[in-house]
Amino acid sequence: MKTREIIKTLQLEVLTGQETLDTEVTGGYTSDLLSDVIANSKEGNLWITLQIHQNIVAVAKLKDLAGIIIINNRKPDKDTLEKAAAENIAVMISKEMAFEVSGKLYELIGSQD
Amino acid sequence: MKKSDEHVLSQQFEIKGGDFSNAGKTSTSIKEILQEIGIDTSIIIRAAIAAYEAEMNVVMYAQRATFTLNITPEKLCFKVEDEGQGIDNLDMAMQEGFSTATDEMREMGFGAGMGLPNIKRNADRFKIFSTPGKGTSLDLTFFLNQDE
Repeated sequence: MKTREIIKTLQLEVLTGQETLDTEVTGGYTSDLLSDVIANSKEGNLWITLQIHQNIVAVAKLKDLAGIIIINNRKPDKDTLEKAAAENIAVMISKEMAFEVSGKLYELIGSQD
Repeated sequence: MKKSDEHVLSQQFEIKGGDFSNAGKTSTSIKEILQEIGIDTSIIIRAAIAAYEAEMNVVMYAQRATFTLNITPEKLCFKVEDEGQGIDNLDMAMQEGFSTATDEMREMGFGAGMGLPNIKRNADRFKIFSTPGKGTSLDLTFFLNQDE
């Protein structure tokens, strides 16, 4: 399933990376610890997190993630969005909590490992 | 010098301590180099994890560091030499969950005490030397011909 379809179903607000939305999503990874995401997320995963600072962009880029879903309607820092736009990383906002977002994403695509 | 010791590529990067706005740049550049020269994807994934954690350790705990990338036909080597506070107790630092990160770093999702263990787990060879008050040096090797 492509990021674009997930955005529609989960009613996400897309802030950056509009050109990447046809990426095939391989699964999701929910964590707020950057070392955990670096170690355990997989290429093409959507990363569900409450972190909004600029360093999340490098993590997503380094692991070739499909994008970052920020939960609880939190607004990313300005420099996070500038970096994400420059690196072409999709940053999206959900109004819901991590539990709901993860559950809905799992229902849509399951764990594709 | 044996033929196998010849460097295919050697490159140095400077990392500045405390510079969170550029954090991740060095590891991203290294990953791109490895992709360009066609290193096996499974090795790139491990090397990128180790490079990122090594870079973040410098950003969080050191003043500055030189990150040297060396590639030969047989292996990929990272040498990260920093000037900084060093590590008082290496055994503790190698334990999963142990961290000396500040509250601010922890709020950002760093300081989970996973950095050095993650590096060790992903490298084929791992050496660390540290002098408290002076700095830390990390030597990592990834073998390119995994069947050897």
